[in-house]
Amino acid sequence: MQLWSETLSNWLAGLGLPEPVALTVAYLVGALVLATFAPLLALILIWITRKVISRLQDRIGPNRVGKYGLLQTVADALKLLSKEDIRPANADPISYNLAPILSVFGVIMSLAVVAFAPGLIGADLNVGVLYLVALGSIGIMAALMAGWGSSNKYALLAGFRVVAQLLSYEIPMVLSMLAPVLLAGTMRLGGISEAQALRIFGFNIGLGWFVFIMPAAFLIFFISALAEGEQTPFDLLEAESELIAGFHIEYSGMKFAMFFLAQFLNSFFLGAIAVMLFLGGWQGPLVDQIPLLGLVYFLAKTFAVYVVVQWIKGTFPRVRIDQMMAFAWKVLVPQVLALILWQMLVMKLPAPTWVQYGLILVGNLAVIGVVVRILGRYFQQEQVRSKRAFEPRSLIGTMQPAPSSGD
Amino acid sequence: MPAILDHLPTVQQVIFILIGLFTAVSALLVVVAPNLFHNALALVATFFGVTGLYVLLEAEFLAVSQVLIYVGAISTLITFAIMLTRGMMYGRTSPTNQQRLAAAIMAVLFFLVLAGLLVHVPWPVVGAELKAGEAIIADLGELFVTTYLIPFELMALLLLVALAGALMLARDR
Repeated sequence: MQLWSETLSNWLAGLGLPEPVALTVAYLVGALVLATFAPLLALILIWITRKVISRLQDRIGPNRVGKYGLLQTVADALKLLSKEDIRPANADPISYNLAPILSVFGVIMSLAVVAFAPGLIGADLNVGVLYLVALGSIGIMAALMAGWGSSNKYALLAGFRVVAQLLSYEIPMVLSMLAPVLLAGTMRLGGISEAQALRIFGFNIGLGWFVFIMPAAFLIFFISALAEGEQTPFDLLEAESELIAGFHIEYSGMKFAMFFLAQFLNSFFLGAIAVMLFLGGWQGPLVDQIPLLGLVYFLAKTFAVYVVVQWIKGTFPRVRIDQMMAFAWKVLVPQVLALILWQMLVMKLPAPTWVQYGLILVGNLAVIGVVVRILGRYFQQEQVRSKRAFEPRSLIGTMQPAPSSGD
Repeated sequence: MPAILDHLPTVQQVIFILIGLFTAVSALLVVVAPNLFHNALALVATFFGVTGLYVLLEAEFLAVSQVLIYVGAISTLITFAIMLTRGMMYGRTSPTNQQRLAAAIMAVLFFLVLAGLLVHVPWPVVGAELKAGEAIIADLGELFVTTYLIPFELMALLLLVALAGALMLARDR
């Protein structure tokens, strides 16, 4: 399998360019394509979000501009771009102006290692998984800079929340990403996608997805990714009732649009990571014969994950901040640690591979069972507590009965 | 080929000089910028500069770990601490105090020690066969649990102690 950059640079070298120049040109073309792809992708993502959420709320959604309202986002983007650029008088110019750029930068950089199809990877880094995790920290920095730089109490509070939430959920997310890395034995995202092939009589049916072996790791990753992508039910950073809008209150026009873009792209990329690590990446039937089919599979899976995220957004209420932190530290982290430890032990067992896979699956199912039990008991207690609070009998001591008119 | 071309720096050298300048300037800003939050931001920039140097040396794993640990964890915590310090966030804090003479002497002495080390220690340029790609990561992991097991475990213990200590300090009494 040949990387796209090799193909392109070989072709350019064939035209008579010297080899290093050809490779540079090829990489520049790749960077340009990816950087153009990102904003266009965001237009589609915003349209999907609006359509899915309006369907859930029994509305039609945008349907005036263009066919099915497809051009609505373009109109909105143009409106945003033409708005006045306001900077608060007390804002710190450096961090205020740098924050939106950094937040988009961090997200677009992660496009570079996304494995779209066999050979269609910007750069198949040896440390691909680690690279994605490292880029997430740039987003945290950007939110902090925006929160502090806009010189607004609410923005600052939201900035604090961003750090607390993203740092807490980074731990279960990174640890759950370790599970497929261990199984595939590589941190290259292309390599992990390749490892999820399933060969029957030498024919790749492309269904050896890791989610079938480790559903619990996938669930933990998905939940932490929801928190990392600042999606409902973990969108406390922009809890309007508490914080007005979040760390980007003071931003308008183009700069606000950049935060907006970064957030939509980020949730798409988290879906893409879930697809690459757990849902088989580009793998699917017949992908070895027709490599371009891999792109179709990859995009279809990623958009499916994205729609599920929007479905959750339209369905679930927001959690409280103490519930959110407790869930990360008391439920997700211990579970994922147990999961990784179990998997490492199993993989060192002198047993055939299918026995190891079976044992990993058993461990995952056990973890899911324990979590469901813990959460079930928690909700039972909550129910008892809220019942006690609202039961009429508990009010007898504190309230006078209404005087009845008859006596 | 004319002789002057031999004295021109290569592309790699130009990139090295640019990254080095960026790192040095932002490291200087860490100590001289009047606003404490800007100091922290300059520190992040310095870490990124060092990351660039690692990438230039083709140490991808080290570069990514640098961003993950220094930018992601340490800088964020430093920034957090600064933001929670009363009176530090707004207004200018003076970067110097009465002890500037003693500090300058110490800094110069430390610089001399480092410079002496750089000049006198024979640095082995290539100690062993350099492996490409993932083999390095695998070797690193293996060394952690064989040759360097005790230092590795001691580091882990240190972090655990620090964690427990922080919990004890922050506990409600």
